[in-house]
Amino acid sequence: MAYKFDFGAIVPHWQLLFDGVILTTELTVIGAVVGVGLGIMGAWARASRAPVISQIVGVYVELIRNTPFLVQLFFIFFGLPALGVKLTEFQAAVLAMIVNLGAYSTEIIRAGIQAIPQGQIEAAQSLAMNRVQIFRYVVILPALKKIWPALSSQIVIVMLGSSVCSQIAAEELTFGANYIQALNFRAFEVYFVVTGLYLVMSILLRMGLKVLGNFLFERRRHV
Amino acid sequence: MSLVELHAIHKSFGELEVLKGIDLSIDEGQVIALIGKSGSGKSTLLRTINGLEVIDDGVIIVDGKKISDRDADLLGLRLQVGMVFQQFNLFPHYTALENVMLSPQVVKKQSKAEAKQIAEEMLAKVGLADKMMHYPDQLSGGQQQRVAIARALAMKPKVLLCDEVTSALDPELVNEVLAVVRQLAEEGMTLVMVTHEMRFAREVCDKLVFMHQGRIHETGDPEEVFSNPKTPELSSFVGGLA
Amino acid sequence: MSEFSLWDIVYNLLLAARWTVLLSLTAFVLGGLVGLLLLMVRTAGNPWVIRLVRGYVELFQGTPLLMQLFIVFFGLPLIGLDVSPWVAATLGLTLFTSAFLTEIWRGCVESIGKGQWEASASLGMNFTQQMRYIVLPQALRIAIPPTVGFSVQVVKGTAVASIIGFVELTKAGTMITNATYEPFTVYGCVAVMYFLICYPLSLFARHLEGKFRHVAR
Repeated sequence: MAYKFDFGAIVPHWQLLFDGVILTTELTVIGAVVGVGLGIMGAWARASRAPVISQIVGVYVELIRNTPFLVQLFFIFFGLPALGVKLTEFQAAVLAMIVNLGAYSTEIIRAGIQAIPQGQIEAAQSLAMNRVQIFRYVVILPALKKIWPALSSQIVIVMLGSSVCSQIAAEELTFGANYIQALNFRAFEVYFVVTGLYLVMSILLRMGLKVLGNFLFERRRHV
Repeated sequence: MSLVELHAIHKSFGELEVLKGIDLSIDEGQVIALIGKSGSGKSTLLRTINGLEVIDDGVIIVDGKKISDRDADLLGLRLQVGMVFQQFNLFPHYTALENVMLSPQVVKKQSKAEAKQIAEEMLAKVGLADKMMHYPDQLSGGQQQRVAIARALAMKPKVLLCDEVTSALDPELVNEVLAVVRQLAEEGMTLVMVTHEMRFAREVCDKLVFMHQGRIHETGDPEEVFSNPKTPELSSFVGGLA
Repeated sequence: MSEFSLWDIVYNLLLAARWTVLLSLTAFVLGGLVGLLLLMVRTAGNPWVIRLVRGYVELFQGTPLLMQLFIVFFGLPLIGLDVSPWVAATLGLTLFTSAFLTEIWRGCVESIGKGQWEASASLGMNFTQQMRYIVLPQALRIAIPPTVGFSVQVVKGTAVASIIGFVELTKAGTMITNATYEPFTVYGCVAVMYFLICYPLSLFARHLEGKFRHVAR
């Protein structure tokens, strides 16, 4: 029995895949922007002088980094309603991605901050800057520049990981694929094509982050 | 009353006591050189003056006001006391001009135009009017150090601390930086410097402070101290240099 | 309303966790072997082989693990191999692991300076001897911490196998939730169990990192 591949069977359903790509992109963009923001705050807290806050953030980071994203997602979507927190599929997916990326980027950005020479901070102190000013004007940009490749990789990982959000029926790309194969029984062809789509998306995302990095850290003369 | 008064300053790093009771007063317009072997505590002493090192015991009075280690006090102190470092410590992601403008803008809340005007003035003063748009890594060590001086001056400090400002420089770049420091001294800026440039210290300073094992071992007029050291330690220190 | 006590939940999850551990170990060991093979052919190989291995790595690092499992699970039957979720999960995770490990190890081998290769070549060693006696012993030391660190990713990756129907910790959690309607407790317990498996590995990796950094100095 020779199987006959029929990739044409996907064509009528292209709209589903298109919608999926859009939603995966939305999830990724929101997750990345807020997640990295959370990571910056987390890294700040880890470096802060208040040991309690630093330890709480430390526990958060370890909890997230040592449990699967899928379980985090299930906990947020199925478990949180028990606490009265009801979220839509999309909200739960976005929240899970933010929380997940927040933990990883906290660690990554913290490493970047630690790599800033002490002299930079002393110079800023000597110019009478306070902690917030030092962080904002002197520390964070060079720190982010240092770890931008690692942060970019992590964002790509989170984008790829979002494929399991189909499991709570968030209608992203994998959800679209599942839906199509249920309609046309061409599972292999559908997943093959969708894998290709993810590959293209991860390449584009990587390029986009590179361009963004150049834009953020490029030498612009502000004055 | 002196501009800065230090009384019975003590400072330890772990077991090691680096400052063992320092008394020092700095008058307005005075140019003071701290000299001594490495490990004598001179850099640490300098860094206590603007609160980069928090003292264990003793009193620091700046402009009649006692400084505690509270953040607000430290920020107030640092508004009065500028510092220039051995390693320049320019911010690599800002141009020379931005390096100088940053603190007046964000700390003193000056307008951009105001900050820019002062920054241009200060950079011109250190002879770098034509390098304002350069980034630190596009400048030589001597130029970077002059930007660092301009950056400190833009805050209009009452005292400027110089921590071995020429030690990281190639020999041929030392003079351009010393010339700027000399000019500041001549203009009446209050300066405290840790330096190994003995000839420069002798020519420019009003007061020499020789540190030895965490204490002020000998102090006085530079001519006097150099030509007629009273203690064997200073004598051997000066002699070792000659 | 549920006849499951907390102990019942934990007990059943523990039973399922055995499969998580087994799948992780299998994928890690087999993936390590494949990864080592890839590393060998790549280090010795001609430009085409290098390009091929690089493509392999990029394919697995640039696509979701879930898609990789789906393709194995739905693809193998098409060539006449009927596979169980266990086989599909093992195969998929093995390939996934091999791609990541071979990339990690490539970095380690490349960090061994050219001078070591040249010195050993000038002693008349052939490629296998150079690898065996000179490069691998040094690379191994640098490679151990990130390899242990990656084992955490493998354990977490096994959760995705639940989606193709392999009953491990996460799948058991879903099944128990459907029976008890206590998702908060059940998924909480599931998360704790993953944590108990992964956190020691993370700590160990960090410990090794510190230790080897010390040695390197």
